Amino acid sequence: MPFSPSEVIMSDTATAPVSVFAPWQDPQAKPLIQFQNVTKRWGDFTAIDDLSIDIYAQEFFALLGPSGCGKTTMMRMLAGFETPTEGKILIDGQDVAHIPPNKRAVNMMFQSYALFPHLSVAENIAFGLKRDKQPKDKIEARVEEMLSLVQLNKFANRKPHQISGGQRQRVALARSLAKAPKLLLLDEPLGALDKKLRQDTQFELMDIQEKTGTTFVIVTHDQEEAMTVASRIAVMDHGKIIQVDTPSKIYEEPKSIYVADFIGDVNLIRGNVTKTSEGHASISWAEGQSELTGIARSEIEAGAVATLAVRPEKLSIYTSRPKDQTNVIKGKVLDIAYLGNMSTYVIETASGETIKAQVANTRRIQRRQITWEEKVWLSFTDTAGVVLNQ
Amino acid sequence: MRRLSWFNTASLTLGFAFLYIPMIILITYSFNAGKLVTVWSGFSTKWYGELFRNEAFLDAAWVTLKVAVMSSSIATVLGTMAAYVMVRAGRFPGRTVFSGMIYAPLVMPEVITGLSLLLLFIAIGLDRGVLTIVLAHTTFSMCFVSVVVSSRLVTFDQSLEEAALDLGCTGFEAFRLVTLPIIMPAVVSGWLLAFTLSLDDLVIASFTSGPSSTTLPIKIFSAVRLGVSPEINALSTIMIGLVTVGVIGASLTSKRSIAKRQKDEQEAIL
Repeated sequence: MPFSPSEVIMSDTATAPVSVFAPWQDPQAKPLIQFQNVTKRWGDFTAIDDLSIDIYAQEFFALLGPSGCGKTTMMRMLAGFETPTEGKILIDGQDVAHIPPNKRAVNMMFQSYALFPHLSVAENIAFGLKRDKQPKDKIEARVEEMLSLVQLNKFANRKPHQISGGQRQRVALARSLAKAPKLLLLDEPLGALDKKLRQDTQFELMDIQEKTGTTFVIVTHDQEEAMTVASRIAVMDHGKIIQVDTPSKIYEEPKSIYVADFIGDVNLIRGNVTKTSEGHASISWAEGQSELTGIARSEIEAGAVATLAVRPEKLSIYTSRPKDQTNVIKGKVLDIAYLGNMSTYVIETASGETIKAQVANTRRIQRRQITWEEKVWLSFTDTAGVVLNQ
Repeated sequence: MRRLSWFNTASLTLGFAFLYIPMIILITYSFNAGKLVTVWSGFSTKWYGELFRNEAFLDAAWVTLKVAVMSSSIATVLGTMAAYVMVRAGRFPGRTVFSGMIYAPLVMPEVITGLSLLLLFIAIGLDRGVLTIVLAHTTFSMCFVSVVVSSRLVTFDQSLEEAALDLGCTGFEAFRLVTLPIIMPAVVSGWLLAFTLSLDDLVIASFTSGPSSTTLPIKIFSAVRLGVSPEINALSTIMIGLVTVGVIGASLTSKRSIAKRQKDEQEAIL
């Protein structure tokens, strides 16, 4: 059993009165979606490679990865536009291999929104309801409800080309939610919006997901977006899932260098493991520098080559050697990037390696003491970094 | 406005003269009072009256219209289906051959098409009449429709159809409710093209028409061989008038819809 401090915290909260939404930790919970050894091939190209995963009801699940990693293929298989070459996909315990897209309780929000240009906003939202042959007044009520959900009542009679990009995005969301699907698939839903609008919309999406209680699966290549909205993130690469975890665990306890590097900024320090003890490991990494210690899983063994991954904001910067700190790195300031709310310092060590430290600018800029070429010391606690296998 | 140089003025005048002088002569002489086509003897509309009393011409006009409407409608259905399959089916063995075969009638000499159809109708013992002309016109105008429609389908966002499927449509419903309304302008212009082609076709119609089913172009052609009559001038003037009204009407509608769309989009940004 690998040890990590946050798992301890999690098991604490499980017995606490406030229950955390974490069905993936409950062995009794039945997953809504199961991928069982799914493989998808086109000729020689393998898009999905023997992939198994469980997704639970009411999750906001993010598939995150670079383009071509297979995340869109997974989503299209859930929608029914592709069928697996091997393996099974179960939705609610039922094998969906032979269920066409129009017979699945799954709806999709397309990356291009795919709004029907010849229909008004209200008609777009009503489209799926009409296919179900519901009574007219019921359809109207539902359309009205959806329009209020996305705050577009005033635009009900406009055509898609008569509204702005952000509004189109909301129409697409309302249309895909109108049939109250068990599962909503979102393909890069915010890709076409500018940054400010994207951030607002992320919170709106989370809000709507909570209100409707629908299971959301989102495909994105934007790690910040995945971190913001998701209850769990699956980091994918080359048709495989590298790690599935909550955003904080993905960020704080990446299980591989790939994940550490893909999510956020990270310092990767390569060295030899000198000793391991109680879930920690120390590495020696450069001449004249003291050893660095971080959290390690049991497979890390003394003598092996390993990499310590530590986030820049976990590092503190000092102008004199700090006392009683375990991990200390000596170097000089190579570069300072002032970002307003924080500053990034790039430190060069004697052996030529660069390490980034991020400091929140709690003080006014003119009182900043550290400048270029200055000799500084960086330090971090021994739970700040993670020692990872190569 | 920039003044045109004498060279540009001259070439413009020559070009327009070349295009329109024959038509102007034809229209002018349709209002000639005398029987002689080339000698002006006063203004009159009597040939128009004569024309509308001429049963043979009216019959031919009716046959032409029937043939044009039927053949262009069938051609539009078949051509759209062919275009849809060609664009959507992706790669399959023999795709190039198939699409080549659809477009071959575009470049086939009309005489050959007409002759081969005639031979076919004789071989299967089909009596020549309205039906055979309709079939013949459908055959050659179908490929024009399919070219027009497939050029629209190539730029059609396939996710629209997927969205329709996702929202509960069967494949056919998705086509009927989403794809067809969106590509409708292309389908309509394909129909109009087929209609016009059928309307003025002489060669293929003369191969495939029977004694009871003379189309207007055949009628005009055979009448002119016996000498140009002012009645034919009148008939041609009416046809020019109809075409002019149609073209101007179509371009005005499309211009207005473009202007409206631009206005809508500007409103959306505000």
